[in-house]
Amino acid sequence: MHPLMQQANNSPAQRNALAKALGMPPVAEVGAGVTRRAVLAGGAGTGLLIAVGGFVPLTAFAAAPGVEGAATGPLAPNQFVRVGTDNLVTIVCKHHEMGQGNATGLASMAADELDADWALVRTEFAPADAKLYANLAFGGMQGTGGSSAIANSYLQMRTAGATARAMLVAAAADAWKVPASEVKASNSVLSHASGKRATYGEMAAAAAKQAPPANPVLKTPAQFTLMGKADATPRVDSAEKCNGTAMYTIDVKLPGLLTAVIAWPPSFGAKLVSFDAADAKKVKGVTDVVQVPEGVAVVGKGTWAVLQGRRALKVVWDEAESGKLDSDALLAQYKAQAATAGKPFARPAKDAPKMAPATKTIEAVYEFPFLAHATMEPMNCVAWLHDGMLETWSGHQFPTFDHMFASKAAGLPMEKVKLHTLLSGGSFGRRANPYSDFTIAAVNVAKAIDGRAPVRLQYSREDDMGAGLYRPMYVHAVKAGIDAQGRIAGWQHTVVGQSIVAGTAMASMIKDGIDPTSVEGVSPTPYTLPMISADLHTPTLAVRPLWWRSVGNTHTAYVMETMMDELARAAGKDPLVFRLALLDKSDRAAGVLKLAADKAGWGKPTRAGLAQGIAMHESFGSFVAQVAEVSMKNGKVKVERVVCAVDCGVAVNPDVIKAQMEGCIGFALGALYYGEIEVKNGRAAQRNFDTYKALRIYEMPKVEVYIVPSTVAPTGVGEPGVPPLAPAVANAIAKLGGPKVRRLPFARAGIVTA
Amino acid sequence: MALSINVNGQAREVDVDPETPLLWVIREDLGLTGTKYGCGIAQCGACTVHVDGETMRSCAAPVGAMAGRKVTTIEGLSSRAAKAVQKAWVELDVVQCGYCQSGQIMSATVLLEQNPKPTDTDIDQAMAGNICRCATYQRIRAAIHAASKQLAA
Repeated sequence: MHPLMQQANNSPAQRNALAKALGMPPVAEVGAGVTRRAVLAGGAGTGLLIAVGGFVPLTAFAAAPGVEGAATGPLAPNQFVRVGTDNLVTIVCKHHEMGQGNATGLASMAADELDADWALVRTEFAPADAKLYANLAFGGMQGTGGSSAIANSYLQMRTAGATARAMLVAAAADAWKVPASEVKASNSVLSHASGKRATYGEMAAAAAKQAPPANPVLKTPAQFTLMGKADATPRVDSAEKCNGTAMYTIDVKLPGLLTAVIAWPPSFGAKLVSFDAADAKKVKGVTDVVQVPEGVAVVGKGTWAVLQGRRALKVVWDEAESGKLDSDALLAQYKAQAATAGKPFARPAKDAPKMAPATKTIEAVYEFPFLAHATMEPMNCVAWLHDGMLETWSGHQFPTFDHMFASKAAGLPMEKVKLHTLLSGGSFGRRANPYSDFTIAAVNVAKAIDGRAPVRLQYSREDDMGAGLYRPMYVHAVKAGIDAQGRIAGWQHTVVGQSIVAGTAMASMIKDGIDPTSVEGVSPTPYTLPMISADLHTPTLAVRPLWWRSVGNTHTAYVMETMMDELARAAGKDPLVFRLALLDKSDRAAGVLKLAADKAGWGKPTRAGLAQGIAMHESFGSFVAQVAEVSMKNGKVKVERVVCAVDCGVAVNPDVIKAQMEGCIGFALGALYYGEIEVKNGRAAQRNFDTYKALRIYEMPKVEVYIVPSTVAPTGVGEPGVPPLAPAVANAIAKLGGPKVRRLPFARAGIVTA
Repeated sequence: MALSINVNGQAREVDVDPETPLLWVIREDLGLTGTKYGCGIAQCGACTVHVDGETMRSCAAPVGAMAGRKVTTIEGLSSRAAKAVQKAWVELDVVQCGYCQSGQIMSATVLLEQNPKPTDTDIDQAMAGNICRCATYQRIRAAIHAASKQLAA
């Protein structure tokens, strides 16, 4: 389980500490993961949280901050479901849609229990309101991350749908004077054996008068009509994303909207000394050149005008300190640190049986670079100060943080700050941001022009890629041994790298000096490795760190799974057999390994000249194994086929799961080949796709995805497909006689790809 | 400076510096926001439009060079190939975040207009300029083949 989710499993006191840090009221939870809120009579919106049954009643909800869009419906039994007289069902999504398909997933869960016709289901995004829309895995906070959207909403969204269904059925029973048990609901139609029939839309007004059931009955997995069915729930957002109408932050239109770019500090931590705006102001369309805490903002009519204005702007920066940082020097420092003792995060059990001495020892030092998220849509946010309030429009992936920080930056109470959450053109962690960098900066620009007009702060690609908030650099030093029987005889492991959560409102995740996001995947691991002795060093840098799709598992899986192959080789054992012997305590981990191996034809590559590499990793509660088939021709490596097995519990939307595995594999492969931000003279050396290369279509392997059938509660798929890919490929290269790659990316390790 | 450009079959007057990239004129002067900004240096393809039936990265094309040429954006797609592409894209649920997909669809459309039965190699060449960070490439390939089949039917 990911630490972000563990946070939720902490004591109520710990969860409330987080809520307090966020300026939120305390949180209460009841069983089955359904957070319920009852509003005292006459106190609608004042929000006393008590742990008793019931979603937000209709009357209270009507008084609560409005949900976006036109979706109203007489039947609004809770904060998630609307049934309109137009027969449309609207599902309000509390999670952020950045491509991973959770809007489709959330809607499927509610619509299945509602027995709605999928063609009549619409979705819209929830407003920022942590009381109504908290992530149940994040305590009191509304936000999307840690591959938790479906997992934390599974019972909540189903219950929301089942509640509406029960009210529709009860209304039909009343109208038709028949027992509710005789009313059938299917595909948004209510019917009775007598021939009576009504659509949900026709019955919505009457249903709204019914009392919501306290404990609506949920389906068994065998009764699902949408969930788990291959073609039952096509994505809710395909059409709009194929005709150009999908709305992202960059597309927001408001009367008099201005655009802003900021002259950001050129190096991490550079200080503004002075600026001369004269030439910038001469550029046609530039209306304002203003200092903001982030740097100097150039504001005007149109993106091109403000980019030209910024080019003409003269800024003097103090880089005496900031200009020194160098990632190569840093790497050398990390490697030296890795040879010294750090803070322990794993130690062999005191009562562990004494091990046989190692007959073979493998020592390896691994080096991982900074990685930028490089979302297709560079960061941006629209802010508008007007009438004593602030409105923002952005891909607010952590609405609670963005809400709190926007309020603070604007100097307005949170109830005077309204966030509109739009689709994001990718995130991969970038918008799940405890610093709220783009939101705060947009508000600061809006303030600097005295709220004269709404303003869209746009990062150029270069701004975006140079802004830091990278997957940190890490070094791992590992020494492991094999005894005469081919068993692991010892394992010493040291990790060096920045803490992602230190210094943020999520710092309470750090326990005994260990940030779990630095070590997840080494500890915990599904492998039975009681001999591991592991330490962590946590340096601090001026470059801000951030989670990057699958977080700590981006590096730990590479180390663990390439070591597994090296140890298996040293033991003279098949890598699959070697792993399975260490998975006696995890049937699910063993299960995905066996399924991937079986479907790939383990040991029998598709054709001569190909080698297979295997890897398995657990992250965010899901298990993924991959077999990569790799060729090496004229010294050029090509990944031709990847067979992927995933166990994520109940497969809510099988096609979305497949899409996420395909996407994770391509995303991870691009990073393996090319991903690196080098810091030279204190600044990012790679600032655009010409030097920070992304995987392109001709490099995409053929991907096959197999889902383990399961009735276990679902876990996530947005990230867990990433970790196994790189080690699976590296293991195949080693089999082809290639080098043991311990410095990523391949481009840095001298591996040429085709 | 007033310029006349033809976008989606309509003559449009815009008052902009002729050096302004076509992308910003389309998006901000004409309000056609389906075409996206991704890199500004013709590396990612998110801004792909058609100019006289060929793909063009609008982020690096000065609007002043568009005089007398026909610009088509995602909003103006109407060819049989374009419709087949969009239909296949929806049927196969190609999209994830969707931000690059206007550009992908513009490139795929030109490919099929000029080569109704592309091979995988043809697809690789035609689509190499369009990055998808969600890596929807496998489905893009499948959707182009599906659209090609539909065109042949």
